[in-house]
Amino acid sequence: MGLILLLGLQFLQMLLVLAAAPLLTGFVRLAKARLQRRAGPPLLQVYRDLAKLIAKDAVVAEEASWLFRVAPYLIFAITWIAASLVPTFETHLLFSRSGDLIVIAALLGSARFFQMLAALDVGTSFGGLGASREAMFASLAEPAMLMIVFAVALVAGSSQLSVISTFMHSGLTGLRLSMGLALVALVMVAIVETGRLPVDNPATHLELTMVHEAMVLEYSARYLALIDLAHTLKLLLYVSLIACIFVPFGIAPSGDRLGPLLFGVAAYFAKLALAAVLLAVFETTIAKMRVFRVPNFIGAALMLGLLGTLLLFLSATL
Amino acid sequence: MTSTILFCALAWILLGGFGALRGRTPEAGAVVYGGSFIVAVIASGAAILQLGFGVAPGVAVVLPLGLPHLGMNFQITALSAAFLIITDVGAAAASLYAVGHGRNEREPWRVLPFFPVFIAAMNMVLIAADAYDFLIFWELMSLSSWALVVAHHEDEEARTSGVVYLLMASSGTLALLLAFGLLAGVHGQYDFASIRADHPGSWIGAVVMLLALFGAGSKAGLVPLHIWLPRAHPAAPSHVSALMSGVMTKVAVYAFVLIVFDFLGKPAWWWGLIVLIMGGITAVLGVLYALMEHDLKRLLAYHTVENIGIIFIGLGLALAFRAERLDVCAALALAAAVFHAFNHSLFKNLLFLGSGAVLARTGERDMERLGGLLRRMPQTGLLFLIGSVAISGLPPLNGFASEWMLFQAILLSPRLSAWSLKLAVPSVGAMLALAAALSAACFIKVFGITFLGRPRSPAASAATETDVFCRAGMIGLAALCIVVGLAPGMVIDLFAPVTRSLLGARLPAGHGMSWLTVVPISLSRSSYNPLSIFALIAAGGGFAAVILHRYGSRIICRAPPWGCGYASPEDASDAFPPVGTQYSASGFAQPIRRVFGSFVFNARDEVTMPPPGDVAPAHLVSALIDPVWQGCYAPLLVLVGWAADRANRLQFLTIRRYLTIVFITLVGLLVWIAPWG
Repeated sequence: MGLILLLGLQFLQMLLVLAAAPLLTGFVRLAKARLQRRAGPPLLQVYRDLAKLIAKDAVVAEEASWLFRVAPYLIFAITWIAASLVPTFETHLLFSRSGDLIVIAALLGSARFFQMLAALDVGTSFGGLGASREAMFASLAEPAMLMIVFAVALVAGSSQLSVISTFMHSGLTGLRLSMGLALVALVMVAIVETGRLPVDNPATHLELTMVHEAMVLEYSARYLALIDLAHTLKLLLYVSLIACIFVPFGIAPSGDRLGPLLFGVAAYFAKLALAAVLLAVFETTIAKMRVFRVPNFIGAALMLGLLGTLLLFLSATL
Repeated sequence: MTSTILFCALAWILLGGFGALRGRTPEAGAVVYGGSFIVAVIASGAAILQLGFGVAPGVAVVLPLGLPHLGMNFQITALSAAFLIITDVGAAAASLYAVGHGRNEREPWRVLPFFPVFIAAMNMVLIAADAYDFLIFWELMSLSSWALVVAHHEDEEARTSGVVYLLMASSGTLALLLAFGLLAGVHGQYDFASIRADHPGSWIGAVVMLLALFGAGSKAGLVPLHIWLPRAHPAAPSHVSALMSGVMTKVAVYAFVLIVFDFLGKPAWWWGLIVLIMGGITAVLGVLYALMEHDLKRLLAYHTVENIGIIFIGLGLALAFRAERLDVCAALALAAAVFHAFNHSLFKNLLFLGSGAVLARTGERDMERLGGLLRRMPQTGLLFLIGSVAISGLPPLNGFASEWMLFQAILLSPRLSAWSLKLAVPSVGAMLALAAALSAACFIKVFGITFLGRPRSPAASAATETDVFCRAGMIGLAALCIVVGLAPGMVIDLFAPVTRSLLGARLPAGHGMSWLTVVPISLSRSSYNPLSIFALIAAGGGFAAVILHRYGSRIICRAPPWGCGYASPEDASDAFPPVGTQYSASGFAQPIRRVFGSFVFNARDEVTMPPPGDVAPAHLVSALIDPVWQGCYAPLLVLVGWAADRANRLQFLTIRRYLTIVFITLVGLLVWIAPWG
């Protein structure tokens, strides 16, 4: 009975993140449009786009190998699993022991690995351009993420997200300088990883500035739908991650009672909405950065993360 | 089991003799390589039996050879059994591959005598139980691999590589000789049992540690002692490169662990610091060198440097923990290092064998002239992809499992009390993370440029799949990468006797969970279960495929990609390099070269543009300066030249002066030994 309940909750979480991810992206777009005094697309437009893409016939470049067609499935599945390993409304899920925060960060690395390979597979210059810029960003963003993981894990005494979330929820930490640095760094890494302004503009197809869009330029139909869905899942993952570490308010400790669970789901959606509004405000007020300024931006995140970790090595109370 | 390994070594040496006598006959390759495959399978089976199931442990064999009062002592400890597994699994795969690959060799009689002897020498180093044997076989290992490096002696490159290798190997052996001399003490105890029983004083111990770091580090490729490695490893035939990079560097790691962990007793706190910092610098510099490189085999050799850095980070952490008597933490770090050594031997062998297949079928090592090979060599391509994912440290394959354990060891290090270590460990952790991220970027370059896209030369477009023996060797290694990645607990449990015998501590075994989950310290701290992650990913991908095929369109239309208005290479198929817009390896690495290379290598790109209206091509020249060569070896060469010039004067003296010099030397020596008289 207990196992079936746990399995059901884990399955529920997987479906929840899958269903909520396009909604979050749609909500960010809508909020941004409203801030710019446009009417904006309807909230459910992302779902409609996905449905339309799935129904279309795929066009694949002549020289593309099997990797080009397998990669979208891998990217989607890996991102989805990574996103459902992050606690959203409840902490102790069945598969939370399968991997810690380092594993989640590395899974995102795997997804990006296949994304970049697929970009190089067609043999056009746009794919290479996107992949080479993404490689430069990733080479700094991944260490930055690991430094943040170190800082958080040292405070909580565990790199297991469920334990970290419970620990943060207990309020034993108080205000810490290292956690402040880690939060700033994590937000910066999240902006880079999800390809938002000022690092990458999700709405542009201008070749001088494209990164993510250049990599997926040759994709169409169901393959593009999978990659777009994976991209929305990645945004959801980072929002969930920031929420469960730094704002664990309302998250249910275990899944045996219905009341806290429902409250947890409601709190989770409230956090998503808040994050979407903040992101929209941030993106509206900032301009795109030159590509070679981005390493400075991510380098700052890396240094903040390293500083947070160093502080914790020097004193456990900072 | 010791005698089994000795018989195996004898069989290899006999095979080498057969290669020397009958090397020019057509069937010699199959006999030598096939024989050495069978012997390697037997040897690795024996090592696994001893380490995993405790069959015949610790039997010592003394042969009546060598020094008269000492004999030749052989014994397999837990440590040497672990490294025997690493060596012989790699040797088996490389030999099987060579059955097919050896046919491509132009002059097989230059390779056949030395290949089995090289494997035998590595095995003998691992089972040697006295300093005399150890050094004899260490030197045999160096010399036989040197002979293999210069097998293609018509190449200028192979000859200079051979000279550099010989110099570095000799100075490394000299350092080990001095280290063993100090360990033997005034009574000259050369057998390992008495060395083990008798820990030297703190000063002697420190000198021995530094000598071992130099001697083993120069063989393993620690920066700044790595310069021979990216020259010598690629110059050898590919199956030998695989053994040198994947296996011989591990024998050097064994030598370091043996001397520092087994012989020296409790370390001082700063030993770990030195090893950690050298490991961190080696990891980052190795991968940055690799990113700047476009020669496939040399790039892989630079990645060996990087992975050796990762292994030494683990060893440094273990030393630091051990100095503060945190034995469980030390066991975690040491287990991670040994596990990474094993993993590296698997995927580096696989990648070198794959690059050998590419070289054999296209004749090209330069990535800028490859491309599109995944369609032409589909199986080699898939196997190379598995190796690339594994070496990039991506879950759920094996490279990630050992790096994850290393990160867990770093997370335990705030318990260390030394202040310099508190500052150094997080920085080294950041360097490790940087190296891991950069190596993923590098292998996207390798796989993306070599196997994906469109061919960049006629040779690449005419490539065909490699033969069945080559594929069999690679399939074995790739399968091991996957199995070890999905069930890392199996290998960690297999290697557990190593940490138990060296540190008296081991990792908690499973915590009542199955061996599928890795739990370094306790379940509430961290755990990793790659099999369930893999199952979830497979289920997620399958779910997506089912939904899309049920509800979506299944039609695929093939169309030419948009080439930005340039002609596709199919239009101008006689023009190579094609007038295309495809990215090159140097183009792919350009952003990283600009971000990291301008700082580390003083990299400069110079563009010469023709004036407007001129149709002459534009030129891009990118220049790099190797900081290690510039900082260490160039001054050393100047110094050696200066000293040689000075010494040259001695050649042209009169007989009276020679006699004076002899007399003065004699008096000096007599005065020096007078106090002992």
